[in-house]
Amino acid sequence: MAELTKQGLGRFFARQGILVAFVVFMIVFALATPRFIDIDNIAGVVRSSAILGVMALGVTFVVIGGNLDLSVGSMMSFSTIVVLDLHDKLGPALAIPAMFGLTLCLGAFIGFLVGYLKLNSLIVTLGMLSAIHGLTLTWSGGKNMDIADKDATWFGVFGQGYVAGVPSPIVIFALLALVLGVILSRTPFGRKVYAVGGNGTAATFSGIPRARVVFMTYLVSAFCVATAGLIQASRSMGSQNTVGQGLELEVLAAVILGGASLLGGAGTVFKTVIGVLILGFIQNGLLLMGLAFYAQYVVTWVIIILAVWLDIAAKRGRLWSPIA
Amino acid sequence: MKKDSRANLIKQGAIWAFIVVELAFFSIAGEFLSVTDTAFMDFDNMLLLLKQSAPIGIIALGMTIIMINGNIDLSVGATFALAAVVLLDSMSWPFMQALGDWAIPLAWGFALLTGVVLGAINGLIVWKTGVDAFIVTLGSMLGYRGLVFMYNGEQPTSHLNWTLVDFAEAQFLGLHTATWFLLGTALILWLVMTRTVHGRNAYAIGNNREAAVNAGIRVGPHFLINFMLIGFLAALSAVVFYSESGSVNPNDGMLYELWAITAVVLGGTKLAGGYGSIVSTLGGVIAIQLLRKGLGHIGADTETVNLVIGLILISVLFLDRQLNRKGREDLKT
Repeated sequence: MAELTKQGLGRFFARQGILVAFVVFMIVFALATPRFIDIDNIAGVVRSSAILGVMALGVTFVVIGGNLDLSVGSMMSFSTIVVLDLHDKLGPALAIPAMFGLTLCLGAFIGFLVGYLKLNSLIVTLGMLSAIHGLTLTWSGGKNMDIADKDATWFGVFGQGYVAGVPSPIVIFALLALVLGVILSRTPFGRKVYAVGGNGTAATFSGIPRARVVFMTYLVSAFCVATAGLIQASRSMGSQNTVGQGLELEVLAAVILGGASLLGGAGTVFKTVIGVLILGFIQNGLLLMGLAFYAQYVVTWVIIILAVWLDIAAKRGRLWSPIA
Repeated sequence: MKKDSRANLIKQGAIWAFIVVELAFFSIAGEFLSVTDTAFMDFDNMLLLLKQSAPIGIIALGMTIIMINGNIDLSVGATFALAAVVLLDSMSWPFMQALGDWAIPLAWGFALLTGVVLGAINGLIVWKTGVDAFIVTLGSMLGYRGLVFMYNGEQPTSHLNWTLVDFAEAQFLGLHTATWFLLGTALILWLVMTRTVHGRNAYAIGNNREAAVNAGIRVGPHFLINFMLIGFLAALSAVVFYSESGSVNPNDGMLYELWAITAVVLGGTKLAGGYGSIVSTLGGVIAIQLLRKGLGHIGADTETVNLVIGLILISVLFLDRQLNRKGREDLKT
C-alpha cells in the first residue's frame, strides 16, 4: 500500500512536478517578501519575461519535433536590427511585414537543411547562429540601430503600449501561447509534431511527411523569433547588434524546465509558459530578497538539473542513474 | 579493408587539404586585395596565427575527447572565465603577494584546480543523475557564469605581473609560449587517445555504450575523468591567455564553447560519438584561425568571418553525410 502511494506520488510529480515546483516557489517567495505578490510586481515580471517567452513557444515546437534550435538568439538580433533599420526607410507599416518575411526565410532555410536534407540540427543551428550574426553585422555595418524620431511613430505600441490596461507584450505573449497551444494540442499538425519527435521512423511508416513537419516547426520558431524581435525593437526603439546574444540557451533552459524532452515527443506549450514564468519569478524573487542579480544564474542551474533529474528519476523508478 | 583505410585517409586528410586551399587562396587573393604590403604566408604572421589559435585550440582538444565519448560540454567558456578570475585575483591576495614571484605557480595551481573542480561537478552530475550532458552543462554554463559575476560584479579583474607577462610573451625555438602549450596538449592527448586503455575505452563507449558496459568498462568514472580533463584544459587555456593580458572581463569566454565545437566538427569528429581524432581537431582549429586572419588580410570586415564560418560548418556537415552515404552504397553492392 505504501509502495503504491509512493508510486502514485512519483507519477504525479513526474507529470505535474513543474507545476508543484512553481506553486512552492511562489509561496516561499511570497512569505519571504510581501512585495512579491504585489500585482504591479507580477505584471512587471510577466512583461519582462514576454520576449524570452515568445521565443520559447517556438522552440517548444522544434524540441517536441526532436530537434534543437540554437539560432534563435542571433535570429532575434537580426529581426530587431532589420525592423529598426527598415522603419526609417519604409515606414513601420511596411517594415514589420518585410522583417517577418526575411526572418521566415531564415527559418525556412534552417528547416530545409534539417527537415529535407536531414542534417544534424545542433550543428546546423550552431552554424546559423554564427552566420546570422554575420548577416546582422553586415546589414547594420556594425553600428547600433536607432529610430530617428521616436515620438512621431506608432511603432512603440508593441513594446510600450497597453491593451485594456494590460501591457501589450503580455497580451502578445498570451495570445500567441493560446494560438500555438491550440495548434499543438488540437490540430492534426500538432499531433504530427509529437509523432515525428516521438518516433521518427514509425511516423514515416504511418505516412506522416516527416521532412515537411520538421520544416514547419522551424517556420513556427522563426515566426515567434520575429515577434520577439518586434517587441524588443518596439520597446527600446534602438538596439545593439548583439541584443539576442546568449538568449538561445536561456530559451532552451525555459523549455527544458517546462519538461520538454530533448529527445523529442514530449512537452506542451502550457508547461513551457510555466517554465518561462519560473525563470522570471526566480530572478525577481531573488532580487527582492536582496540577493545579487547574478545569483539567479546559479539558482537557475540548480533548478534545471533538479527538474530534469527528478523527471528522469520518476520515469526510471529510481533516483540514481544506472550508469556503472 | 584497404578501401576502408583509404576512405579514412581521405577523411583525416580533408581538413589539411582545406588548410592548404585556404593558404593558397589567401596568398593569391592577398596579392590583389590586401591592404598591407606584407605577404599572407609571412613566417611571423603564421607564428602569430598559431599563438592566437591556442586559447580556443586547447579547449577544442579537450572537447574532442568529450565528443568521442558521445557527450558535450557547453560550460567551458564559463569555466575559462572563472579560472581566469581566480588566477588574477589570487595574485593580489596578501599572503600571495608576500611570496613574490613564487605566487605565480601557486596562482596557476589555484586556477587549474578551479577548472578541475568545475569539471568534476559536471562529470559527477552526468554520472550520478543520468541527465544528458547537454542539459547538465547547459545548466552549469549559466551557473558558472553566475559565479563569475558574483565574484567581482561587472568589474574587470586585473592583475599584471611582469614576470608572468615576460614568460607568456617569450619565444622558444621561434614558437610562442602559448603555441607550445597548444602543441604539448595536442601531443599528450594524442598519446592518451591512441596509446592508452583510457583512450581506447573512450572510443568504445562513444561507439556503443551498452556494448562497452557489457565488456566491463566502467562508464561513469570514465565520464568523470574526461569532464575533469576538459575543465583542466579550459583553465589551462585561461592561464595561458590571461598570464599575458592580465585583465579579465566577466563576459570573457562567452561563446567559446560554440567555437570549440565548430573546430571539433570541422575536424571530422562525430557528434554521436565513437569517431574523431585529436590531430584533425588541431587542423580544424588552425583552419578557423586561418579563415579569420585571411579574411582580415584581404580586407573583408570581421562580420563576414561569422557568416563564412557558419556556412562552412553547414557545408562540411552536408559533404560529410554525402560521403558517408556513398560509402554505405558501396557496402551494399
